[in-house]
Amino acid sequence: MIRVVLPPHLRTLARVYGDVELDLNATVTQRSILDELETRYPMQRGTMRDHVTQLRRPLVRFFACGEDLSHESPDAPLPEAIAKGSEPFVIIGAIAGG
Amino acid sequence: MSGVRVLVGTRKGAFILTADGARKRWKVSGPHFAGWEIYHVKGSPVDSNRIYASQTSGWFGQIIQRSDDGGKKWNTPGSNPEELKSPDGTPKGESNKFVYDGVPGTHQWYDGTQHPWEFKRVWHLEPSLHDPEHVYAGVEDAALFESKDGGKSWKELSGLRKHDTGPKWQPGAGGMCLHTILLDPQDPQRIYVAISAAGAFRTDDGGKTWKPINQGLHSEYIPDPAAEVGHCVHRIAMHQSRPNTLFMQKHWDVMRSDDGGDSWREISGNLPSDFGFPIDVHAHEPETVYVVPIKSDSEHYPPSSRLRVYRSRTGGNEWEALTKGLPQRNCYVNVLRDAMSVDSLEPCGIYFGTTGGQVYASADAGDSWKPIVRDLPAVLSVEVQMLP
Repeated sequence: MIRVVLPPHLRTLARVYGDVELDLNATVTQRSILDELETRYPMQRGTMRDHVTQLRRPLVRFFACGEDLSHESPDAPLPEAIAKGSEPFVIIGAIAGG
Repeated sequence: MSGVRVLVGTRKGAFILTADGARKRWKVSGPHFAGWEIYHVKGSPVDSNRIYASQTSGWFGQIIQRSDDGGKKWNTPGSNPEELKSPDGTPKGESNKFVYDGVPGTHQWYDGTQHPWEFKRVWHLEPSLHDPEHVYAGVEDAALFESKDGGKSWKELSGLRKHDTGPKWQPGAGGMCLHTILLDPQDPQRIYVAISAAGAFRTDDGGKTWKPINQGLHSEYIPDPAAEVGHCVHRIAMHQSRPNTLFMQKHWDVMRSDDGGDSWREISGNLPSDFGFPIDVHAHEPETVYVVPIKSDSEHYPPSSRLRVYRSRTGGNEWEALTKGLPQRNCYVNVLRDAMSVDSLEPCGIYFGTTGGQVYASADAGDSWKPIVRDLPAVLSVEVQMLP
């Protein structure tokens, strides 16, 4: 069970409360997590990565186990603690005012 | 008509203000989509339950919201629980997807260089005059999109963006936005749009081909003041009974056309400033026009710090200040281009919202004003939807 922490605005959009729990049959990567999130919550498509290029939106960042993985390959396997669900995969909106 | 619904988009959410035909007691609901920028909310003129909203964020991009019950419940179109997946299991969620047709190309940047077209947000949603499932979206960077399935999917009418003059279009201070969409009630093939800073355009074939309609505009702030494109048009308005007559608030100058935009003449007349953003037309008097003068392009507040709506009952040139109920000292708010609207009750109601969060209403065609609400976030848009 993968645990994902969404930023508050995306929780509201998806109408979820607390962490999102996902079961993945694929290697646990940024891409496989986002694929599953967008499948379960289609309204999230385009909010974390571009519809066409699939590149991360500039003001969205990904953290795992205290590390900023925003600039890692979306296909790189995530730490085992994420795959086991002992640590959450955290998606945040960059602090940029507003 | 039994009542009126005023749809308000703000920097931090949407609000819905509802009253009966007397327009004296208002019910306020919201914020809807709290914390998000709501550039525009507009209801279908043929289905009072159908409302579309443009919800945007610099962080998370563009969301389209739709209500089918007059604003009580909202959904991203195509993402209702029963619609989460198409029959083959493919996820939907196409309602947020605004992708330019083909290679987007380039337009002029602030420094004169060419810059790629990049989608940023939807500024304006214009529901069809006939079909609640059909809606147009004006976007930044400037382009026109269309949905015929209630906002579930969007297709660009790319003949506009691909016009030969596209590389000469440039962003204004607010970005290169397509902010005005006027549908001709007598000719379904004719649509007018306006872009800052490119100018006004018209199609007579349902959006396949477009013609710049800027002859007569004079803009001192561009190298060729009478150029075919490059004018910073702020807003255009039309009366439903006279679709060939258009009223324009430009960056500076209030203008009028009586030939479908083929030519324009200035009607600023005795206005204290001809800079401003919104312009609208009385619902029952096609020669009665409203503007809100603003001091200048850098000083975005009313002249003499007095908030005055100006009304012309002669189709322009002769304007009267409407002040009763509006602050007449120490007022430094702005009224943005999409933040004024009229209802079709008798007498005609006029509404506008300010960057200070007030929404003012007049139930007597502008003679007197009262705030419906005073302390909303900065108002981006105000639209009226009539209730049966």
